[in-house]
Amino acid sequence: MPPLRPKPAPRLRLRLYVAGNAPNSLHAIANLTALCDQHFPSAHHIEIVDLLTHPQRALADGIIVTPTLVKLSPAPVQHVVGSLSDATHVLRALGGS
Amino acid sequence: MKPRTARGAITKMLTGIEGFDEITGGGLPRGRTTLLLGGPGCGKTVFALQALVNGARQSKEPGIFVAFEESSRQIVANAATFGWDLPALVKKKLFFLDARLSPEVVKGGAFDLVGLLQALEEKAKEIHATRIVFDGFDVLLSLLDDPAAERREIYRVRDWLARTGLTGIITQKSGGVEADQRYAFLQFMVDCVIVLRVQVVDGSAFRSLRVMKFRGSGFLGDEFSITLGADALQLATRGPVELTYRVTNERISSGLPRLDQMLRGGYFRGSNVLISGAPGTAKSTLAGLFAAAACARGERTMFVSFDEGSAQIVRNLRSVGIDLAPYVTSGLLTMHSARTRGPNVEDQFGQLKALVIEHQPRCLVIDPLSALSTKLAHVASADAAQRFLDMLKVARITVVSTSRMDGLSTNEATTTGITTIADTWIHLSYIVRDGERNRALTIVKSRGTGHSNQVRELTLSDQGVTLTDTVIPQGSALMGVARWEWEHADRAAPHARR
Repeated sequence: MPPLRPKPAPRLRLRLYVAGNAPNSLHAIANLTALCDQHFPSAHHIEIVDLLTHPQRALADGIIVTPTLVKLSPAPVQHVVGSLSDATHVLRALGGS
Repeated sequence: MKPRTARGAITKMLTGIEGFDEITGGGLPRGRTTLLLGGPGCGKTVFALQALVNGARQSKEPGIFVAFEESSRQIVANAATFGWDLPALVKKKLFFLDARLSPEVVKGGAFDLVGLLQALEEKAKEIHATRIVFDGFDVLLSLLDDPAAERREIYRVRDWLARTGLTGIITQKSGGVEADQRYAFLQFMVDCVIVLRVQVVDGSAFRSLRVMKFRGSGFLGDEFSITLGADALQLATRGPVELTYRVTNERISSGLPRLDQMLRGGYFRGSNVLISGAPGTAKSTLAGLFAAAACARGERTMFVSFDEGSAQIVRNLRSVGIDLAPYVTSGLLTMHSARTRGPNVEDQFGQLKALVIEHQPRCLVIDPLSALSTKLAHVASADAAQRFLDMLKVARITVVSTSRMDGLSTNEATTTGITTIADTWIHLSYIVRDGERNRALTIVKSRGTGHSNQVRELTLSDQGVTLTDTVIPQGSALMGVARWEWEHADRAAPHARR
């Protein structure tokens, strides 16, 4: 009999808007990767949008500051701005513990 | 030695804001950053928006408006109240960016404007923008909650502006010592600082503007009052120092033949006539006579009254035989009633100016001008009155205004300065004698014309208004019953008196 496994958590879809290798943006990428690997291993997908190469995306998607993290799913959509150094706030926004 | 080149010299960008381009000798510094400082409701956003709209309209220079505080929809709606059709401009010449961070956004660390500036740079290239406004910049910066980070972003924007060559306007709230200290360095950083202020005097709000700093350029550093008129924000500059208007020898009737005679032919066309006097001395009646005479000559006329409705004025004047109603019906005469307690004095003069431009009168009555006189004591209001009257003079509009004044020696006469502006000054007073009050008329001054120095008696009846010579039998003027008695006694026994 296979061992009882917990139901897989809903897949977390994230999009991170960054500005090239600006310090805040680099920090955000590092912080987010570490956070997701720790709390949502293999259950997350991160899309990174670099506004320096795709500036029109900022205006189209209403991104005012960089970095900005958008949790696309599960609902509700949530925005977190900044370098994501504050793990507690970020986790709460992502719906983790 | 190489001759000095003009490199680095300031060039200017017209704002199209009436008065402002004048005091700065051509507008804001082009390719540089200007800081607009002021408390809430000073007109910062309107000023910035107007510079942008005028740029797009008059100078064919597209622009970008980044709104950190209000939604762009709100701004477009506000602009519509000035009659600026932003949606039409937005298509080609203006770009509005809603740059408010939603309150739902979670803050999870330090952020910057690198991405936004990159996006704006692309947009500027796309629409060939030369001007950009950052409105309510402090709102976004305060979210950083870190003075060092705020400063870094401000420098980032400054460097970005310098690199892109855009002319920048940054608006920033001032007020509150803490906030002012926090952003004090901004003033040193930018090339031009403009301070807007609202001041409340006797319950009326006065807006003003002052250029505090303009690197590399001369400017007038005085505080100028601002009017937010029907269609734009304007700076009330004191106008040209030289008064160059054409004068005429043409006379027009005051509406009272005897008075015309006293003035050797009536008022000068385009002159400014002041009728002063205590309450009930028939100031409005004289003004009404003038209006009726102007209309009878077929001249467009405007009657501005304060705190008294037009219908009531027409009725009251009818009681002394002056009928304005047909002229109102035919459209020759426009009646305008305003409240003294209303917009501030500058705005009121702004409205009057708009009315004059709309109706194009040749003759104008303001009854009473002194309704504004408590406010006229304020220098800005006196300036506003002066400018308005100057404008009328240039347009050669004859003005009769009334002023409540109990005596000739009251301070009122000098403090308001109304009397110095007047070309002709007629004073009405009561003379009480033998238990009777009679109205007396004196011409205090009349520039450029001889005039009678005698006091006349003014009588009102439902038949009309008459001026009678007073009788001076033994060095004292007789009026009313005393005059009547003297005249009758005179007729009865002519020899006794000779």
